[in-house]
Amino acid sequence: MRGLINYFSGMFNGIISLVKGMGVTGKYFFTSPVTIVTQQYPENRKTLEMFDAFKGEVTMPHNENNEHKCTACNICQINCPNGSIEVVSKDVVNEEGKKKKELDKHHYNIGMCSFCGLCIKTCPSNALAWGQEFEHAMFTRNKFVKTLNNEGSKLIQKKGVE
Amino acid sequence: MAEIIQDIQEQEYLINMGPQHPSTHGVLRLVLSLRGETVLSVQPHCGYIHRGIEKMCERLTYQQIIHLTDRLDYLSAHINNHAVCMLVENALGVELPERVKYIRTIMDELARIASHQLWWCSFGMDLGALTAFFYGLRDREPILDIFEESTGGRLIQSYYTPGGLMKDIHPGFQKRVKDFIKMFRKKINEYDQLLSGNVIMTQRTQGIGILTEEEAISFGVTGPSGRGSGFECDIRKHHPYSLYNKVEFKEILRTEGDSFARYSVRMDEMRESLNIIEQLIDNIPAGDFSVKMKPVIKLPEGEYYQRVEAARGEFGVFISSKGEKYPYRVKLRSPNFSNLSALHSIAHGQKIADLVAIGASLDYVIPDIDR
Repeated sequence: MRGLINYFSGMFNGIISLVKGMGVTGKYFFTSPVTIVTQQYPENRKTLEMFDAFKGEVTMPHNENNEHKCTACNICQINCPNGSIEVVSKDVVNEEGKKKKELDKHHYNIGMCSFCGLCIKTCPSNALAWGQEFEHAMFTRNKFVKTLNNEGSKLIQKKGVE
Repeated sequence: MAEIIQDIQEQEYLINMGPQHPSTHGVLRLVLSLRGETVLSVQPHCGYIHRGIEKMCERLTYQQIIHLTDRLDYLSAHINNHAVCMLVENALGVELPERVKYIRTIMDELARIASHQLWWCSFGMDLGALTAFFYGLRDREPILDIFEESTGGRLIQSYYTPGGLMKDIHPGFQKRVKDFIKMFRKKINEYDQLLSGNVIMTQRTQGIGILTEEEAISFGVTGPSGRGSGFECDIRKHHPYSLYNKVEFKEILRTEGDSFARYSVRMDEMRESLNIIEQLIDNIPAGDFSVKMKPVIKLPEGEYYQRVEAARGEFGVFISSKGEKYPYRVKLRSPNFSNLSALHSIAHGQKIADLVAIGASLDYVIPDIDR
């Protein structure tokens, strides 16, 4: 007899617990969601804005005169744990006849980057910054190697030295 | 014919669960020895995503090690970073600004909540409750937004660095965290309503997968899984680091040791984490977000160990240094590896379907096991 009572009370309690759970799902079924979490990603590409701090890729900001701040000091290359940065520099002779190191190409392999941010943090002249671009898929692997400085770009000349 | 059937019933047979089984949450291969549906033994085979992180660390500077510890237990990335950073800071005797300690403690607790939320999702999903999965992920999204806004990463942040933080928190950090706490206090009661009292859930977890306190201690099962067996192992409480000696919180303990005890420890831990964050979030002092460190950090010769309470248990870093800029040897004590070692003694004698529930309640992350 007790077994029978236990059987039915267990069944009854089980049904109550199910109804409780369905109360939660039912509430969401009949009320419109307050916050919509899901983003309609490919459709909202034009309006999608990432946070400023978002680590999409390493970029080298240029000003309107096509000038950057990189002095080709190699510190980012030394600090990169994966060897994804290669700084190619060239020696330029200026008007006074002095040899000076200048940035030729700043290669950045995003396929090897693990987004630790050490290059950006350790850069003494703040030449690098995070970019918000995140669609990095490519068909071939060699397209992952990007050259960060623009064609024909120069080092920004400091004002007020003289 | 009858003999053959009897033979089959008495024979043991081996079956591979994994490496691509959805309930193992990664590439873990369990070789099960079964008689009928009863599990006789469980042999975990690790190493499918072994990356040799400990060895890699021997050729990396102390700042560079941080980004690899993210990739151990990726759900408690902040907490793993914290261990390495604290080790270096303690070895060099660096005194951190209060602001750093506050932000680190808050971030750690947010990471713990996010990790437990994902565990709750997958726990429900492993038992067949797919609604739990969606609800849990929905509520995890605000935390990921908080992380993304301040640190730049959603899952893997690399936010801490020896001597402080990579960058300062976003001005809207406090408001977002407060909004999240307000929202999540309501939602966590919904979790209880939806899953904790559910008849299917309780019958599949209560009294199943019992781990005694002695076994927990001898296998080194820490974290919520150990505390579900009554093993007092919360490092935040017993060996406080950062700001944990200044905040008030309870160490959640259950003595049953079954899957449901491990479940309810984690549910209550989420509430406790909310309490910790609430005590800190209004009082973040102004100041620097990092101390100026030397560009090349060299630890003095010697051996160092630092442990923290990660979301799944005790995470420890051992570094032996010869006074160079690279560590001589790095050993990482990952909580999941020890927790997995107890799987055989928890699961033998249970049914194979319950093994999935036991695995879900242990909450293992495979990259942390293989390292």
